[in-house]
Amino acid sequence: MNTTRTIATAMLIVGSGLPLQVTAQTTTTSGTEGAAVAPASAARRSTEGTSVRPFTVHFPQGSLDNLRRRIAATQWPEKETVADLSQGVPLATMQELARYWATDYDWRTVEAKLNALPQFLTEIDGLDIHFIHVRSPHANALPLIVTHGWPGSIIEQLKIIDPLVNPTAHGGNAADAFHVVIPSMPGYGFSGKPTSTGWGPERMGRAWAELMTRLGYTHYVAQGGDWGAFVVDQMGLQAPAGLLAIHTNMPATVPADVDKALLAGQPAPSGLSAEERRAYQQLERTFKQVDYARLMASRPQTLYGIADSPVGLAAWLLDHNDADGQPAAAVHSALSRTTSATGELTRDEILDNITLYWLTNTGVSASRLYWEYKGGFFNAKGVSIPVAVSVFPGEQYEAPRSWTERAYPKLIYYKRLDKGGHFAAWEQPDLFAAELRAAFRSLRSAN
Amino acid sequence: MKPLERPTHRASFRTRINVLRAMMSLALSSTSARRMTVAVLAATALGGASATPAVAETNDKEIRPFRVNVPDEALDDLRKRVLATRWPEKETVNDRSQGVQLAKLQELVRYWGTEYDWRKVEAKLNALPQFITTIDGLDIHFIHVRSRHPNALPVIITHGWPGSITEQLKVIGPLTDPTAHGGRAQDAFDVVIPSMPGYGFSGKPTATGWNPDRIARAWAELMRRVGYTRYVAQGGDWGSPVSSAMARQASPGLLGIHINLPATVPPDVAAALASGGPPPAGLSEKERAAFDSLDTFYKMRRAYGAMMGTRPQVIGQALTDSPAGLAAFMYDYNDGEPERLLTKDDFLDNVTLYWLTNTATSSARLYWETGGQSVLLASAQKTSEITLPVAITVFPEEVYRAPETWARRAYRNLIYFKEVDKGGHFAAWEEPELFAAELRAAFRSIR
Repeated sequence: MNTTRTIATAMLIVGSGLPLQVTAQTTTTSGTEGAAVAPASAARRSTEGTSVRPFTVHFPQGSLDNLRRRIAATQWPEKETVADLSQGVPLATMQELARYWATDYDWRTVEAKLNALPQFLTEIDGLDIHFIHVRSPHANALPLIVTHGWPGSIIEQLKIIDPLVNPTAHGGNAADAFHVVIPSMPGYGFSGKPTSTGWGPERMGRAWAELMTRLGYTHYVAQGGDWGAFVVDQMGLQAPAGLLAIHTNMPATVPADVDKALLAGQPAPSGLSAEERRAYQQLERTFKQVDYARLMASRPQTLYGIADSPVGLAAWLLDHNDADGQPAAAVHSALSRTTSATGELTRDEILDNITLYWLTNTGVSASRLYWEYKGGFFNAKGVSIPVAVSVFPGEQYEAPRSWTERAYPKLIYYKRLDKGGHFAAWEQPDLFAAELRAAFRSLRSAN
Repeated sequence: MKPLERPTHRASFRTRINVLRAMMSLALSSTSARRMTVAVLAATALGGASATPAVAETNDKEIRPFRVNVPDEALDDLRKRVLATRWPEKETVNDRSQGVQLAKLQELVRYWGTEYDWRKVEAKLNALPQFITTIDGLDIHFIHVRSRHPNALPVIITHGWPGSITEQLKVIGPLTDPTAHGGRAQDAFDVVIPSMPGYGFSGKPTATGWNPDRIARAWAELMRRVGYTRYVAQGGDWGSPVSSAMARQASPGLLGIHINLPATVPPDVAAALASGGPPPAGLSEKERAAFDSLDTFYKMRRAYGAMMGTRPQVIGQALTDSPAGLAAFMYDYNDGEPERLLTKDDFLDNVTLYWLTNTATSSARLYWETGGQSVLLASAQKTSEITLPVAITVFPEEVYRAPETWARRAYRNLIYFKEVDKGGHFAAWEEPELFAAELRAAFRSIR
């Protein structure tokens, strides 16, 4: 019964001569195509309905060998003409990372980690959605869907799964347990790649509600940072049946008049508190550092180089347009961290994420999300369901409580942390898990 | 002149690449240490046309003949890389709104990897007198063709991005030999066509500071060094701010400039464009049309420049390591259809030159050097400080059609203004005869 089929995208075969393959195990015999990233296969999956198919990751050795060969054959630019990060990731940093990537780095380690987790595919709204689904041993665990961002993936969330589903092993109470669902966004990781337009955060929000319903959850919460924050805001606006609340670590709180001043590049409006003025300055800085986003938003398809060059992809994913601030500072410091007892980001984790992008060839499809989204960024969206917010100090801006209370009138939780940044779940998994426990505690007692 | 068979930049770049590769594989291969030794020795021996100022000739005013001779190995390597391109999925739209379309690029890249012949343009280049001279610590490559007509007017023509000296090859004949191209002997020019620092066969800056002002000073020195006491300057794209800077500096001997991408945008229009707001009131029909073109450019077409301007080392890496990525980035011009105005071979000559000289990153750095100063804005280019005569030709498919009203406000000593009926951003490349005729007409009053 358990047929295993491998698929390879025709375009990849043409390109590299060595097909990328993703193995899907399925309990159906209907010719499931697994984590199809091949656009051509999308149409043929329409008969599969709402089945939820187990999934494991296995890239053939040929794909890994091909990656190593490409890294070793990298054509390098000359060194930057500055002694700091102001022109982007320094050549020496890239070369040292590439050396390690092509020699000692082992994709199979994270592949085994992924395959130790229950993973599934299910087709929603015409697209295969990949997700990790780990149920807590504790009764009354609260179902939670966690959404990653760019340049992230499900790799960002691996370290929070156990603290969330098994809190008693991590200093928490059984009453704080979660059932955890971690999907790959469309165009990201092992989810399908959209072949037509429309897969913005709004549509993802609706797909996630369907996913939770399909898994049998009638009451659940949603969490997200970066693009995940846009998705949970949209879910908050859509307020699907069963969604009790959202938690965001990149809240959209900027009042309309302040947002207008920001976008016009004007100085901070008068009357802001010191905390608000600081947030304004952080956002001003952020808006000066979004050229990578503007390029993906306007010309995602022109980024052929990140589909063809592993090191080009790596540089693209390592940089956030910020010279020495967040969030890339967290990534850069991780490049020199080979191990971490406390769960801080390591070089291997950075490469796990980049390698996932490479092997699934999702550099361009992931970029296209920026093209899809035409809405505002940090402006308050009008979410009226209960919202919990954790403010990590290294985030693009530290959302002031005043703005947050106005943006989310049903604010059930607000806390400023003393460490952690844009990739909070990845950088500070224990703290992040503790935040989710605290954030949703009131909700559980209320239910 | 005795043709001197000189090692090309490519030769020295290749050795540099080999050194890096050898270093990368040092841990893996016992033979690599020997390869590295060989490569280092080769680099020392072949240092003549190197990009590094350290190996420049001792007589720093010497003008050395230069020939291009790319080794077969470099061309084979390029072809292999081109054919091994790993492609992303197709765009999710049926138009060019996401960037260069997959099928279009695949066809171009297929041609590049099979039928395209670099040796043709190499022969064309080597049929022209080319030289290298060290100015301000950097090797400057240039083509220098004297007219056989006495009293020819010397002109220095500056290319732009994503251009090179290949843009100007077709105007050399009409300018130096007008009688063979429907012109008169008294309209003849002596032509100097340099490669900008970081571009083509010129050296790559290893420190900051090579902005248009510095390039302009170097060009004045170049004209002095080749013996011209009275000359004019011409440029489009980056060549325009370089020529304008020359006019501002008004070095002895410079009689006037001609530009085909003038910086005429007035401050109020610039402010409206920057904020994405509506046009200022009271624009004429032509001004409004210019505003609309610029508005589209600012919103949809400017991210490439902003990305190079802030993170050249990041976008540069993906272009440096992927021929298809480089081609796509350069193709995304003229609304993503350069072939409407250029032949496939013209386009690929230029891309191949970038590839073989490994100048994707060094050329991008020019945007970083200017700190986001727009080449289109009158204030950014300080046009009010120019007192020398300025001539402008407006080609209809340029980024915007500069209205004469704006041009007269920006350049107070405008001696020539003409709107022609064909040609675009790469006017010299696209419409060489028309372009040459424009230069003749533009400078007639100065002679």
